[in-house]
Amino acid sequence: MAQQEIEVILIRQLASYLAMPMVIVNPVGTLIFYNEPAEELLAMRFEETGEMPEDEWVDALMLTDEHGMPIAREALPLVIALHERRPAHRRMWGQGRDGVRRYVEVTAFPLVGQAGRALGAVAIFWEVKHA
Amino acid sequence: MKVTLWGTRGSLATPGTATIRYGGNTSCVSVYGPDGTVLVLDAGTGIRPLGMALPRSLRRVDICLTHLHLDHIQGLGFFAPLYNPAVEVHIWGPASTTLSLRDRLMRYLSPPLFPLRLRELPCQLSLHETPCADFTIGEFRIASALICHPGPTVGYRITTAAATLAYVTDHEPALGVPEFPMSGEWTSGYDLVAEADLLIHDAQYSSEEYAQYVGWGHSSLQHAIAFAALARVQHVVLFHHDPGHTDQDIDRLTTEAIAATRPTFAVTPGAEGCVFALGSH
Repeated sequence: MAQQEIEVILIRQLASYLAMPMVIVNPVGTLIFYNEPAEELLAMRFEETGEMPEDEWVDALMLTDEHGMPIAREALPLVIALHERRPAHRRMWGQGRDGVRRYVEVTAFPLVGQAGRALGAVAIFWEVKHA
Repeated sequence: MKVTLWGTRGSLATPGTATIRYGGNTSCVSVYGPDGTVLVLDAGTGIRPLGMALPRSLRRVDICLTHLHLDHIQGLGFFAPLYNPAVEVHIWGPASTTLSLRDRLMRYLSPPLFPLRLRELPCQLSLHETPCADFTIGEFRIASALICHPGPTVGYRITTAAATLAYVTDHEPALGVPEFPMSGEWTSGYDLVAEADLLIHDAQYSSEEYAQYVGWGHSSLQHAIAFAALARVQHVVLFHHDPGHTDQDIDRLTTEAIAATRPTFAVTPGAEGCVFALGSH
C-alpha cells in the first residue's frame, strides 16, 4: 500500500496522543484512522475494523438528529469538511457497535496540505453527557 | 551514477582535529550521471569545495535543497558557478505556506546576512519549487516529497536506468511512533526510499540523545538503520552527524547501532570525500 502523505501521518500521530476522540478520512471519504478515545465512543477497535469506506461508516454509526431523524449524508460535519473544504459543527446522536446510542458534538475540518492539496478531513467528537 | 559526499555534518560546521576523518562541513552531496549531468544535494558548507572541483566546461548545474535551515544553505553564496555568467544554475527547493522559494532564499542571500542579493548573482539562475511532480534532469528522474522535519522539508529519490539513490536527511520518521518502524504506509519518507540502492539518511543522535531531542526533526543511528531495513534498501549511509560527535564517537556509535540492529545490508558512516558508484557507472 502506498505511503500516506506526511501531513496525514503527522495528524495520525497527533491523534494517537490526544485524549479526545478523533477520526481521519482520506480524500474519498474512507475512514483511515480513529484513535483510542474514538474506539471507546464507537465501541470498536481500529485494529479490528481497519479502514472503512464512507458508505460503511456512515451506515454503521446510524447518525440521527435531536429528534431521531436520520441526518442526510451531505449534512454530516465530516462530509461537509471533506467535500466543501470548510469546517463544520453540529450535535447528533450516533450508535456504537455496542448498540448504545450516544449524544455527541462533532467538529470537523478539512486537511489542506502544502500547495493546497486536499488530503482528507478530521473530526473531533465530544460526548454530550446531559442532553 | 557517482555519488560523492562533500559535507556530512549536521547543524553546524565543525572543523578541527576531532572531526577530521568524517569531516566538519555541513550537508552537501554531488551526483554525477553517466552522461555528465551534475546534481547537487543541499548547499551546506561542503558546496564550496565542490564548486571548486567542478569542470570549467560545465554549463548547467542543478541544486536540490531539502529545506532552508542554515546548515543546508550556508555554502550557497560561496558556490563558484553562481558567479559564472555562462552557467545555468537551477535551484530546487521548498516554498513555505506563505513564502515562495525565492522569497525564502532572499532572506539569506541579501544584506545584512550576505553582501550580494539573489538578483545580483551573475549566473543564469532559475528557481523551482518542490515537492512537485516527478521531473527529469539529464539522465536523472527525480521524485520529491515532504518528509517529517520542522518546517517544509523535502526528500529526493534520484533514479537512472541502472540505480536509485534516496537522499533523506533531516528526517525524523520515528516521531510520535510508539514502536518504530510502523508499516511503510504510515512511515514518513517510505515511498522515496523503498528498495533504493543507496540511502543517505539522517543519523544525528545516539539512542540516548534522541530521547532528549524528540521532535527536533532528526533520527538516531538505530532509527536510520531500522528505516533502511523497513524500506529494503541495499546500503545506508549515516549522515548529518551531530556537531558534538567526534570521529571516535561516530565509530563507536556506528558499531553499537549495527550490533543492536543486525542489518542484512551495508551500513556506512558518511565521511567527507566518500564516493559511491551505483549502477554501471
